Amino acid sequence: MLPHDWTGTLGAFGRVALLSITGGAPKVRRGIAALCGLVAGIVVLLVGAGTAWGQPVASEESIRGFLRNEGEPVPGVTITVNDADGAEVGTAETDAEGAWEISVPGPGEYEVVLDTETLPDDVPGVVADTITTTVNPLQDKAVLFRGGEPGGDGGEEGGTPGTPAEGGTDTAQPSQIWQLVASGVRFGLILGLAALGLSLVFGTTGLTNFAHGELVTFGAIVAWWLNNAGLPVLAAAALTVVLGGVFGWAQDVGFWRPLRKRGSGLVALMIISIGVSLLLRYLYLYFFSGQRRSYDQYVIQSAIDFGPFGYAPRDLWIMGIAIVTLALVAVALVRTRVGKATRAVSDNPALASASGIDVDRVVTTVWIVGTALAAMAGVMFGLIQQVDYLLGFRVLLLVFAAVVLGGLGTAWGAMVGALIVGVFVEVSTLIIPSELKYAGVLAVLIIILMVRPQGILGRRERIG
Amino acid sequence: MDWGGITENALRALIGSEAIVFALAAIGLNVHFGYTGLLNFGQAAFLAVAAYGLATTVTTFGLPFWLGILVGFAAVLVLALLLGAPTLRLRADYLAIVTIAASEIVRLTLRSVSLRDTFGGSSGLSGFSADFYSLNPYDGEIGFGPFVFGPRDAWVLTVGWILVIIACLIVWALMRSPWGRVIKAIREDEDAVRSLGKNVYSYKMQSLIIGGMLGALGGFMFALAQAAVQPDLYSPTLTFFAYTILILGGAARVLGPVVGAMIFWCLLQLTAGALEGAVRSGAIPTWLMDTNQVGAVRFMLVGIALLLLLVFRPQGIFGDRKEIALDAR
Repeated sequence: MLPHDWTGTLGAFGRVALLSITGGAPKVRRGIAALCGLVAGIVVLLVGAGTAWGQPVASEESIRGFLRNEGEPVPGVTITVNDADGAEVGTAETDAEGAWEISVPGPGEYEVVLDTETLPDDVPGVVADTITTTVNPLQDKAVLFRGGEPGGDGGEEGGTPGTPAEGGTDTAQPSQIWQLVASGVRFGLILGLAALGLSLVFGTTGLTNFAHGELVTFGAIVAWWLNNAGLPVLAAAALTVVLGGVFGWAQDVGFWRPLRKRGSGLVALMIISIGVSLLLRYLYLYFFSGQRRSYDQYVIQSAIDFGPFGYAPRDLWIMGIAIVTLALVAVALVRTRVGKATRAVSDNPALASASGIDVDRVVTTVWIVGTALAAMAGVMFGLIQQVDYLLGFRVLLLVFAAVVLGGLGTAWGAMVGALIVGVFVEVSTLIIPSELKYAGVLAVLIIILMVRPQGILGRRERIG
Repeated sequence: MDWGGITENALRALIGSEAIVFALAAIGLNVHFGYTGLLNFGQAAFLAVAAYGLATTVTTFGLPFWLGILVGFAAVLVLALLLGAPTLRLRADYLAIVTIAASEIVRLTLRSVSLRDTFGGSSGLSGFSADFYSLNPYDGEIGFGPFVFGPRDAWVLTVGWILVIIACLIVWALMRSPWGRVIKAIREDEDAVRSLGKNVYSYKMQSLIIGGMLGALGGFMFALAQAAVQPDLYSPTLTFFAYTILILGGAARVLGPVVGAMIFWCLLQLTAGALEGAVRSGAIPTWLMDTNQVGAVRFMLVGIALLLLLVFRPQGIFGDRKEIALDAR
């Protein structure tokens, strides 16, 4: 359900859940239990269903929720859904935000089982690990796992998903700001990889590629397949980036270049890219299914404390690799022949061609690099969240925002814009409800366009 | 395989409520994109604010139905002004990004938890359509051949197709007026129109408002046909479908979007029915496709159709290639 869920959980340090239902966890009553398991989290199941036409997901109903303990996400807990006959429908592991989702084949009665073996040691357990619930079409429903000692008064089924928004208005702690900035920087750096790819392609061809999000998803899914086939994550990631380059090359040579040769207009190309985006997205759904899945390494790591903020070792590696990659591309653009040729083509393709630059070769190179960068961003997003077929589409508009904010077609602008967008998205949750954080950054995008349409680093030229 | 049933469903989809909703959305888009050359990728937002204007007025605030319709139109007007003011001076690609961003802002706001009391969160609102159905003159089934509908559906279809006809007449009348000629001239060459002393910005804004209002009719029908509004139905996919329909039927033609919508939903229903039937009867082996994957295949086909249309026949069924603003910048 909710195929275009922009409010999806990005950034493992995000403070408030999509539906902040976890406020006011029940107090455990007795003695020592009260000490060690003071307030156990509640698992909230949101059961929903789509209506007939527009739910482009294979199975239209799914069960999902967030696992929290004292407001902290509980990752790595296995949750299984069985159908009425006891056959397993699907299983999921909560991600770094405690979120999980399992698609179910249709309306009906389901049994949701939380594997208490997989609960971390500091989480006291749940009163009942199995809850039976009915999934109706066109209905959202919340089911709660009560925290506490096993054998208590059991699970609870409610008609409304609890109390609204705990987030947004509470007073900000200084450390909270730093933590948000830290996860914003991480998000922004990954976004920068994707944005740089989009910006390079736009600069050289003028194409606003709406299928760029699917190139990001390509990375995440291919890496998952390689990982699932037995490769360690690092090897899978490296191979994925190479395959991303091959995919970019094939796309340009086999598809976009012939279209350019036919003289298709830019608006036509833009709408064609929407067709490509739909095609690729549902190809992923076809082969990957609607489930969220994780890589088998580096998923659960405890954060290293840096004083006001913390990063998991995984995050440090991701950010390091992203910075090195961005720097390498930047240096290549300034220093190397092909980089100079790329900038020349961006400035004026006809003039570049006249001065002996092979424009087609430059554009193909840009497609290779751009798609490889997008694939790398996909693997990184897959590592810090989970992999699903909408992963790239969810961040597409943020990538656009980053690119436009920095100045369409400028490589530096894309990087700066992405960092600003990343930090803004996370820090804005101090003021606005976190489910609106993407809306906030998109609103800022529109305002910036009114004031400075060429973006922060863009040159003043005809935009309007 | 039950070919009779599959064909019957496909024929019913030809005039079904989806065809109506998307025909109206695409008629509005036709004014924007087909006639004015505005690359509006936020049509879903116009449908959304119209539908929610109605639903919120009636369900949340308990006010009369007709006031809800007025509020819906007013909301569309406000949205068009808000959206147009910063964006109509922008180049086509910027306009596309900003409008799609605006439509996501609308959707995220409507589904936000903090506004659940007003807009109903991700499950939306219902219970606003009683007044609409109380006007229903039908009782019992209505129709002939495969086109037999229950009284509620028949009422939705009657009102819907009347609205489609009215919308087509409005577009036809507008586009043969002097105003329509200016609009089409803006699509062809904005600077030439400006040099004739016309206020291009103001004409574009009027076009955005009129197209939005026509889309609003689609929003009302969408809400009333389902007797509910849900935020995630108004996702960018809706806009993309409307574009596919518009280009399939032929942009800058009065009947293009209507024919496009009918064919689009008929074919979508036909492929879904045929694929599902083939999977069930074993004609397509399960290792290749199960019934869950049929949905994905349907949408892949939409993507392929959009792509092939633009590559090989950008004017669609009825359009004139010279009249499509595909080279604009």
